[in-house]
Amino acid sequence: MTAVLESSGLGKRYRRRWALTDCTLRIPAGHVVGLVGPNGAGKTTLLHLATGLLAPTAGTIRVLGGEPASSAAQLARVGFVAQDTPVYAGLSVADHLRLGAHLNPGWDDGLARRRIGRLGLDPGQRAGKLSGGQRAQLALTLAIAKRPELLLLDEPIASLDPLARRDFLGVLMETAAEQQVSVVMSSHLVADLERICDYLIVLVDSRVRLAGQVDELLASHHRLTGPRHDTATLPPGWQVVEESHTDRQSTLLIRAGTPVHDPGWVVEPVGLEDLVLGYMSQAASGAPARRPEMEAQR
Amino acid sequence: MIWLTWRQFRTQAWVAAGALAAAAILLAVTGLHLAHLYDTSGIGTCHGHGDCGQLASNFLTQVAASNLYHTIYLLSIAGLYVAPAIIGIFWGAPLVTREIENGTLRLAWNQSVTRTRWIAVKLTLVGLIAMAAGGLLGLMVTWSDSPIDRAAAMTTGPGPALLSRITPVLFGARGIAPIGYAAFAFALGVTAGVLIRRTVPAMAVTLAVFTAVQIAWPMLVRPHLIAPVRSTTAFDAGSIIGLSMQNGGQMTVLTAVNKPGAWVLSNQVINAAGHLFTGPAPQACNTNSFQACADALARLHLRQLVSYQPGSRYWALQGYETAIFLALALVLTGFCYWRIRRRNY
Amino acid sequence: MIEFHLDAGSGVAPYLQVIQQVRRALRLGLLDVGDQLPTVKDVVARLAINPNTVLKAYRELEYEGLVAARPGVGTFVTRTLSDASLAAHGPLRRDLQRWIARARRAGLDEESIEALYRDTVRAATREEAI
Repeated sequence: MTAVLESSGLGKRYRRRWALTDCTLRIPAGHVVGLVGPNGAGKTTLLHLATGLLAPTAGTIRVLGGEPASSAAQLARVGFVAQDTPVYAGLSVADHLRLGAHLNPGWDDGLARRRIGRLGLDPGQRAGKLSGGQRAQLALTLAIAKRPELLLLDEPIASLDPLARRDFLGVLMETAAEQQVSVVMSSHLVADLERICDYLIVLVDSRVRLAGQVDELLASHHRLTGPRHDTATLPPGWQVVEESHTDRQSTLLIRAGTPVHDPGWVVEPVGLEDLVLGYMSQAASGAPARRPEMEAQR
Repeated sequence: MIWLTWRQFRTQAWVAAGALAAAAILLAVTGLHLAHLYDTSGIGTCHGHGDCGQLASNFLTQVAASNLYHTIYLLSIAGLYVAPAIIGIFWGAPLVTREIENGTLRLAWNQSVTRTRWIAVKLTLVGLIAMAAGGLLGLMVTWSDSPIDRAAAMTTGPGPALLSRITPVLFGARGIAPIGYAAFAFALGVTAGVLIRRTVPAMAVTLAVFTAVQIAWPMLVRPHLIAPVRSTTAFDAGSIIGLSMQNGGQMTVLTAVNKPGAWVLSNQVINAAGHLFTGPAPQACNTNSFQACADALARLHLRQLVSYQPGSRYWALQGYETAIFLALALVLTGFCYWRIRRRNY
Repeated sequence: MIEFHLDAGSGVAPYLQVIQQVRRALRLGLLDVGDQLPTVKDVVARLAINPNTVLKAYRELEYEGLVAARPGVGTFVTRTLSDASLAAHGPLRRDLQRWIARARRAGLDEESIEALYRDTVRAATREEAI
């Protein structure tokens, strides 16, 4: 299967700080990918590198087999909804559709108008007067109607109320079902992504900590509780992600290639949210100088 | 892309059109009135008679006496310096910075148009409109004030403080120079925006740099665009307009210049060796008799050295100046293009 | 046309919930042979879940022989469950009545009976899923 995004050792530095370090990914096509991590982890940087708004400091990145933003044809294949879903406040909704039609050869005007109609947006209204949810939907419409092969979204629902969120994600999933488009959406909340993603990337403190199909990740991670253990004595096939010990008890989050049948442990499956939290705390313990914000609300 | 550029620029374009229309009406009325005054002053037929200078002076005095037309004249000149500055500040600086601050850059640069095409179209379209606006305003003011310019070209020396069109303040408010200024100010504004990335600081920097250039240019660069004419004439004691003496015998003498329509760069009284005459003052000048002093000076083999740009060089200078400012604008444009290509927004 | 809903906190995987809701509809006679299931597009638009989830559920139902996919048209019911289970309803009802009587004699009130029933069903469903 072809990859929608392939990066090798990708890194981006601003003055002295590395916003993204040694990022090597191969995201397969046909998935809804969740990019999750605390604020400042590098999610926006990665997405901006993928859209060509930034140039890498180190390493390479290829999107849909081409270099990001290298040509009009390449730009036409990737749709992007930036953080805070920017729109032109002075232009009307209809003007935005005209913008899309003029600047995109692959623009599907019928699709755009149908969407605007279903959303109940007034074409004559200035975009600056729209609510947050309506603005997000307009930005999404602009990205979808150019019929891209890949849709990138940077925390599009972060500041929306729950109903607006549900509506937005509903439209996004409908598009994923209808068009042959892969989706990469970032968020600092796992709850936003849980319903919609079948591929997950965890980014903490400028590095990729975890990447893979959700089904496979959930099947290969286990929470083990049992009497106090020294982690050095664990079987070699177990990769300890997170551990916590009291004087009597040990609780571990492990990644194992094979099912765990050890009677000395109580084995439970791990939910996606706890999984991500485990990797976030693993990153935090490995980098004591900076504790990333951890958010896991429902 | 042309549609989007126009749609974003629409309001500013209409404001400019309105301002130009208002200026056009004002200048049309003024220009017709001045032309009428000029025709009735007799200057048009004075060449054979030898008293053109006097007629011209009368005409200019008449114009200066009217507060209204005097004010409009001054405003028309000021307007041609203010207009390019406004273009630079309000059209140039926000071109890129507004989109950076609103985040809409991230929307625009993900449509199917490369960022180089985006900046190229914006720079070209708005830049051309800026040049057209500057040119149009320059044309209107030049036409409206042309009777005054023609009269001023025939007078010299004292009278109403009106100068000929080649002198610094007027030069920039005439002919095709405003086209160059508008293009330069616009490109300067966009460059400031691209480098500074915030609207208000970019506006401030644009204003500061443009003002500095407009002040420094006529003093430092324009005089040397064409090598000035240096003419040495015999010292005429009858044309002394200034004398100053200090203790120790030092003195400086200033004589009038009779070069109608010229831009005088320097006017010195030099001694036989060719250096500026600084004394010593002849004995006769310590008395209270001016005539005796003048006669004494006349015997010193002094000469008058004038360095000037003749009025006939007006269009040559206009051409050079406009070309240079357009070239500067082009360089700045190229810089912006290169900078935007580098991908770090 | 039936409508699906998702209980995010139930601990049951979304695709299983879809399967169960189809089965329940079949059992209760809400869906009959030849009826069309909601399109994947409509389901994900309402529920905001990954399309693959719905596709997985529909494929599973097709594997069980309950539905059939007609490419380009939709997914249609091919077999109901009501006949199979309706026959069993009578004896099951009698068993249940006897069980309730026993629970009453043991001292359980209506609330405790309902709680016990719900817990047991849920645990059984989870085991079934794994």
